[in-house]
Amino acid sequence: MRVGLLGRKVGMTQIYETDGTVVPVTVLECGPCTVLQVRTEERDGYHALQLGFDDKKRKNATQAERGHAKKVSAEPKRYVREIRQDTPAEGVTEGQTLTVEVFNEIKTVDVIGTSKGRGYSGVVKRHGFKGLRASHGVKRMHRHPGSSGPSADPAHTRKGIQKPGRFGFARVTVKNLKVVRVDATNNLLLVRGAVPGPNGGYLTIRQTNKV
Amino acid sequence: MQNHLLELVEQSSMKASIPKFEVGDTVDVHVRILEGEKERIQVFNGVVIAKSGTKTREMFVVRRIVQGEGVERKFPVHSPRIADIVVKRSGKVRRAKLYYLRERSGKAVRLKERFAGGKATAAEAKAAKAEKRATRVAAKKAKAEAAAAKTE
Repeated sequence: MRVGLLGRKVGMTQIYETDGTVVPVTVLECGPCTVLQVRTEERDGYHALQLGFDDKKRKNATQAERGHAKKVSAEPKRYVREIRQDTPAEGVTEGQTLTVEVFNEIKTVDVIGTSKGRGYSGVVKRHGFKGLRASHGVKRMHRHPGSSGPSADPAHTRKGIQKPGRFGFARVTVKNLKVVRVDATNNLLLVRGAVPGPNGGYLTIRQTNKV
Repeated sequence: MQNHLLELVEQSSMKASIPKFEVGDTVDVHVRILEGEKERIQVFNGVVIAKSGTKTREMFVVRRIVQGEGVERKFPVHSPRIADIVVKRSGKVRRAKLYYLRERSGKAVRLKERFAGGKATAAEAKAAKAEKRATRVAAKKAKAEAAAAKTE
């Protein structure tokens, strides 16, 4: 079974290992999640676990959400995502609650979230362009992209040229983050390094895809 | 305000108790050093010239003179590599950062000693002031209540 769970970003800090090395960690509040549905090859065409995290008030949920949760006698959930499985998920039934303990044997995870929105941004911020020079005759063009391609031939801008525009607030996957600690009593998962989104943002955490 | 879950994680990485020391104190820092398989403790003696950060990120800078050359080392307070911090002598200082010691040499580096029971440190003074204020407020309240009782 491919292990995965839903959670929330708490924030970043640093902890010490026993030899004194400092580890930059992100604290994730991970689960408990309810299995809302088990998707199967026969019925849905693929295998997956549909998980739900963080209860929602019944009055704020739609009838469809309420009905869906009621099938497994759970409360409607605020954050619902699927964890894709290669093979039928064994030992998991609808309505079951998964806790952070599923990551006990896992060394690395992928974290999927929505990055912080940065609004309409220039190419320096959005694509890491270097901009133009600070002096030597450059006039008020210091953060400009420069040329966007040749002139008469092809007489149009080539596809895929990086331009300014809306930046952030997109689905981002950070792969291969090391699991530093699994704290079952507080439902916490500590991973090394940064994860997308603001503190308090919802995340999908799954066993890493990399071999 | 910080998140209580984050606080919990930070607590787990902090030492239960750290010796109390202030900027201006002369301290012995016991550092664990790994030599191959064996672990040994090295002592770095000097004056604390700066403290920075909070919780797991708390650091302090110790300055000493080695063979006429100033040497400064910055230590994380909560690192497991720091075995102990022993205060040898407390210095009387009026700055939070004693960077001015870098420009001085010889006799000018000396700091006046601060004795326990003497002039308190900034933190201690603040605590004492708060306590004094609390007692004063309590007394005032009691007095007002007494007066109110009398009029009745």
